[in-house]
Amino acid sequence: MNGLSRIAAIAAIEFRLSARNRWVLLATLILVLFALALAFLGSGPAGERGVDALTLTAASLATLSVYLVPLIALLLSYDTIAGEIERGTLALVLATPAARGEVLFGKFLGHLAVLTLAIAIGYGVAGGALVAVHGYDPAGALAWARLMATALFLGAVFIAIGITVSAMTGRVGTAAALLVGVWLVLVVLYDLALLAGLVLDDGGIFTTHVFPILVLANPGDAFRLFNLAALEAAAPVAGIDGLARTLPFPAATALASLVIWLLLAGCAGMLRFRSLHP
Amino acid sequence: MSHDPVLDIAGLSVAFGSLKALSDVSLSVAAGERLALLGHNGAGKSTLFKAVLGFLKPEAGRISVAGAAPGTAAARRTVSYLPEAIAFPRALTGAEVITYFAKLKGEPPAKAKALLQTVGIADAAHRRVGTYSKGMRQRLGLAQALIGRPSLLLLDEPTSGLDPISRGEFYGLIDTIAAEGAAVLLSSHSLTEVEARTDRIAILVKGRRVAEGRLADLASAAALPTVVRVKAKAIDGATLQARLGGRRLNGRSVEFDCTPGDKLALLARIASHSDIVADVEVSPPHLDDVYRYYSGLGAAGEAA
Ligand SMILES: Nc1ncnc2c1ncn2[C@@H]1O[C@H](COP(=O)(O)OP(=O)(O)O)[C@@H](O)[C@H]1O
Ligand SMILES: [Mg+2]
Repeated sequence: MNGLSRIAAIAAIEFRLSARNRWVLLATLILVLFALALAFLGSGPAGERGVDALTLTAASLATLSVYLVPLIALLLSYDTIAGEIERGTLALVLATPAARGEVLFGKFLGHLAVLTLAIAIGYGVAGGALVAVHGYDPAGALAWARLMATALFLGAVFIAIGITVSAMTGRVGTAAALLVGVWLVLVVLYDLALLAGLVLDDGGIFTTHVFPILVLANPGDAFRLFNLAALEAAAPVAGIDGLARTLPFPAATALASLVIWLLLAGCAGMLRFRSLHP
Repeated sequence: MSHDPVLDIAGLSVAFGSLKALSDVSLSVAAGERLALLGHNGAGKSTLFKAVLGFLKPEAGRISVAGAAPGTAAARRTVSYLPEAIAFPRALTGAEVITYFAKLKGEPPAKAKALLQTVGIADAAHRRVGTYSKGMRQRLGLAQALIGRPSLLLLDEPTSGLDPISRGEFYGLIDTIAAEGAAVLLSSHSLTEVEARTDRIAILVKGRRVAEGRLADLASAAALPTVVRVKAKAIDGATLQARLGGRRLNGRSVEFDCTPGDKLALLARIASHSDIVADVEVSPPHLDDVYRYYSGLGAAGEAA
């Protein structure tokens, strides 16, 4: 199929560009360093309460991933359309037989491949080191694998958001500024606002009925919720996550939230990209 | 010539909001033909290319690319495009860029890479584009446009910023491609540059096509005067003007405008005053004058 080989060519060139521009190296290094730091600097309570090191670290790494993975995903994707518009290459690509859907999907796959590599190496190295030092535990290994898979999923959502914003602004500078804002709002301010709401509400309607939905509606929170809920009571968690664990939904609902985010961002990107004139 | 043109544009109008970028433009380019689209910055040249590629929706008019509508899969297989001011990713090598576009066009990459030889940058194939000179980047752009032997080449200001030698070589390549049967539509803002390198020219002024045809025909239709300049032996322009007429230029010279038909008679008259004439200079109308003439017509039409 010609369409498939064009998608593969676009994905491959995006990957190659990321590799040449050192994004692959940078993303992998960041994840390796943070995962290792959490694994060995933060594993004080390991052994207490019979919780293994992998599970414990998976819990803290899930919290850290909410910040890191979206940031890396956005860094990988913010200039993917806007940069090509500014350089004039998008007009060239769109003049070839490549369909717009193929271009967008190929770019998505290319960035996702970079992120997959970074997560696989970064979290893989840290997980391997933990096993080497503290020994293997099946439940912990499962938690670790779940963390890696869902982190990739979370990254996919933010890559789609990054591509969409890149297509909407058409300017690299604007896209970068907007995406910093998106990251701050979705990853940092959203949680602060929720916490403020909880404090003000003091156990009222907001806490019992609105808050759970708001937690699920945010991709980062949904990701963290899914991972922490799956750890059961194994790991000590506090704050939003402690409360979130008492949510009236099965944990898999959180995954559905990620799917919906991915679909919405993908559709918005496609709609915008279809009407874009380079 | 009865065969259908590869590119046929009839009554094309394109607007950006209230700005009319193209108004009622008609053009056609046949296989093997080179048509130069001339116009100042903002005349609408790039807009015309984008309409032909299907990126912009025309307000009125019809475009046919080898019988297909612009932007359709069939049309995209037919055309190749070189946008103005293209910057390929600096981190890729020339060979990688060509391989990528070959894959997008469904052509064998090995065959496409041979085009680097055609455009004369085979030596730099494995160097990064970031190290290329402007001329090499344009050649890479042309190599990209030649992948898959397109029937219609759209080159938007392909030689702007090139030195005269590179420019000459670039047009040489375009000649070869057209001779092999491609229809070539290229834009430029200099008539001198495309002289002799294209079969026909079309002049755009503020989105209107003000002239179209072979350069020689346009030049004679403009009926621009040949300028004859006569210089006196002594600093005595007044005597010269008293005897011959014409316009005083400075202390020593006078100038005449004449049609090609009157030229010999005028020269004979000047020769008969050889006692005071030191030198005669004859300047046929310059190409830039022809261009200025038609541009002026368009601007005047706009004002009327
Ligand atoms: N995307 C756009 N939005 C609004 N106006 C545009 C756009 N593209 C071009 N124009 C305007 O259309 C006119 C023609 O532009 P263009 O085709 O780029 O000219 P040229 O290529 O001959 O220099 C100019 O006045 C330009 O400002
Ligand atoms: Mg232009």
